[in-house]
Amino acid sequence: MGIIDGPCPLEQLFSKNDEYSTESSTQQSKTEKLVYDLFKTVKEKNSLKTIRLNRNSHIKYVTDGLKGLHRHWVVLDANKPWLCYWMLHVLDLLGHDITQELISRGVTTISKLQNVTGGFGGGPGQISHAAVTYAAVNTIAILGTKEAYDLIDRENLYKWFMKLKQPDGSFIMHEGGEVDIRCQAFDGGIGGEPGLEAHGGYAFCGLAAMEILGKTDLLDIPSLFRWASSLQMKLEGGFQGRPNKLVDGCYSFWVGALFPVLEAIMTRQQLKKNDANCKELDEYIAQPLFDREALQEYLLIACQNHKGGLIDKPKRSPDYYHTCYCLSGLSTSQHHVIYDFEKATSLNIEHGELNAGDRSLLWFEDETKILVLGDPSNIVNATHPIHNVAMPKVKKMVEYFREKPFSS
Amino acid sequence: RAMPFENYDWSDVVPIEQDDGPDPLAQIAYDPEYSKAMGYFRALSQKNEHSERALTLTEKIIEHNPAHYTIWYVHLNEELDFIQKQVEQNPKNYQLWHHRQVIVEKLKDCSLELSFTEEVLNDDSKNYHAWTYRTFNLWDNELTFVEKLIEKDIRNNSAWNQRYFAIFHNPTKPSEEFLWEEVQYGISKIKLAPNNISPWNYVKGVIAKSKLKLDVLEELCKSLYQQGIISPHALGCLVDIYEDRAKCGSINEKELGIQTCVLLAEQHDIIRQKYWNYRKHVLASIA
Repeated sequence: MGIIDGPCPLEQLFSKNDEYSTESSTQQSKTEKLVYDLFKTVKEKNSLKTIRLNRNSHIKYVTDGLKGLHRHWVVLDANKPWLCYWMLHVLDLLGHDITQELISRGVTTISKLQNVTGGFGGGPGQISHAAVTYAAVNTIAILGTKEAYDLIDRENLYKWFMKLKQPDGSFIMHEGGEVDIRCQAFDGGIGGEPGLEAHGGYAFCGLAAMEILGKTDLLDIPSLFRWASSLQMKLEGGFQGRPNKLVDGCYSFWVGALFPVLEAIMTRQQLKKNDANCKELDEYIAQPLFDREALQEYLLIACQNHKGGLIDKPKRSPDYYHTCYCLSGLSTSQHHVIYDFEKATSLNIEHGELNAGDRSLLWFEDETKILVLGDPSNIVNATHPIHNVAMPKVKKMVEYFREKPFSS
Repeated sequence: RAMPFENYDWSDVVPIEQDDGPDPLAQIAYDPEYSKAMGYFRALSQKNEHSERALTLTEKIIEHNPAHYTIWYVHLNEELDFIQKQVEQNPKNYQLWHHRQVIVEKLKDCSLELSFTEEVLNDDSKNYHAWTYRTFNLWDNELTFVEKLIEKDIRNNSAWNQRYFAIFHNPTKPSEEFLWEEVQYGISKIKLAPNNISPWNYVKGVIAKSKLKLDVLEELCKSLYQQGIISPHALGCLVDIYEDRAKCGSINEKELGIQTCVLLAEQHDIIRQKYWNYRKHVLASIA
């Protein structure tokens, strides 16, 4: 598939406004024009096969950031772990070595953020925050040393986390903070709270959380699949975060990573329904379920800033968040990462019910379905669809903690 | 609280520097005003000082960094204390009640509010502000508000979502007649721009919660196609209708469903080819 070499001329892919334009359709047209111009140039020059990921300039963008940030980044002063995670994950994806020195600095930086009462804050002296803690733990996974792992005070982390639990089953982000419950909406997507509009970011967090909990059967999977599919833009190739909103590079991961998880869930459901002896996978389900080429076209042609870093859409400035999630989305579309059902079954038989950590280890790459658009050197490293951390680093950390059982 | 933070007397305060550790990652080159304010804040926190100058300081920091959640937490708790004292003296002041509501909404914590209004009602059982505050009768207003936004832009997906919320999260359950009217409302908006996905999702959502069936949309979908208006949402809706009937045994509709999926996968919704091929496969597998 794909758009530039697809069956439809680019001009026919503009959204139809049905001769009834509104603010939404006007904005959409403007964005389409920007992307169309870029795609048209590639098509005319016939340069799709040689399109390049500017690996070195993105590496430089991030390594410069790790050294120090301009004062206008003060708006992220309560997000230090996120900054560390975004930047270090980019280095992992691009295959750039994270030096001993960087690891050392990372360990020190993160150590200053853990609170004695449990959990991590966004900066030294800041109260613990659930999303920030997620980023801190992911950063620790990327740093990947015993020293980093041993930073985590699991007992107090658990205690603090349970304090955040609400009677309705949801968790607040921090004491006095916003409620964060995932809820499936009428259009099949998942929103931030019951009744709120379905949104790509919440959908990923909700689905990944449900997969970790092993409760995905509580969701209406067919309608979630439909909603997720509906978010891929037919001209731009990237994903929007909500219907009738604009494409954004970061949704390449938030929405893009829904598909490997949906694929695993649907395959699991199909295997359950099958004859006990029939282990044959349904080829319509056990495959990447979105247009991979189209997504890569959007990312490589429209989302790279010529000075380094990746972006939301053409004309925007780069930032570390978009650099992280655009590249994570690129990884998700290049690599077919799947769940090992055979191994799961045999482990089940041997050891009984598997816990979430064990199940994290059951994702692996099906190398028969690698798809790299443009220059073959565009390949980035595979990322774990649930954790969005490089696969080997997930393995190392889970295996480390598995040796140190924790009971609350 | 009109004084800017610099005008308060800080001579008794020794600012505390931020401890990032040696050679930290991604160190931000803070604006000197921000650093100063944070230095004072750390000093006041250590002393546990709650005062007017502390409140002003939090406002200054938030101005630089509105995402500083720790400062918001401190700020809002200072505000609640402040308002508590004010309301005790002025229980009938509109602004105070409103301000408290704004804070409470920010804190997303209504647990205090029931006891708070109870205390006020203990003193004055007919305090209109307190009773109003306790009721959740936004619903009629909400629907009017949502309708205005939809009129302004029928592609506003958030407004359509809110419409659904206003109707189904309402303590009063909607009647079948009301839901029928909502379906008609949705259809009228679909006709204005058949390629707009929002009312399609809305109408299907309403039908799913009513005794109606998707069949009620069949005429609309077919007439659009006959008029030469190609909307993947209309075609997708037909696939759903045909699938339902195929499950009930109709071989003819099973075939029609498959053909419509092919139309979508190969001509009218190519970006979603994988999805439509999957739907085709599901139809084909119906015994």
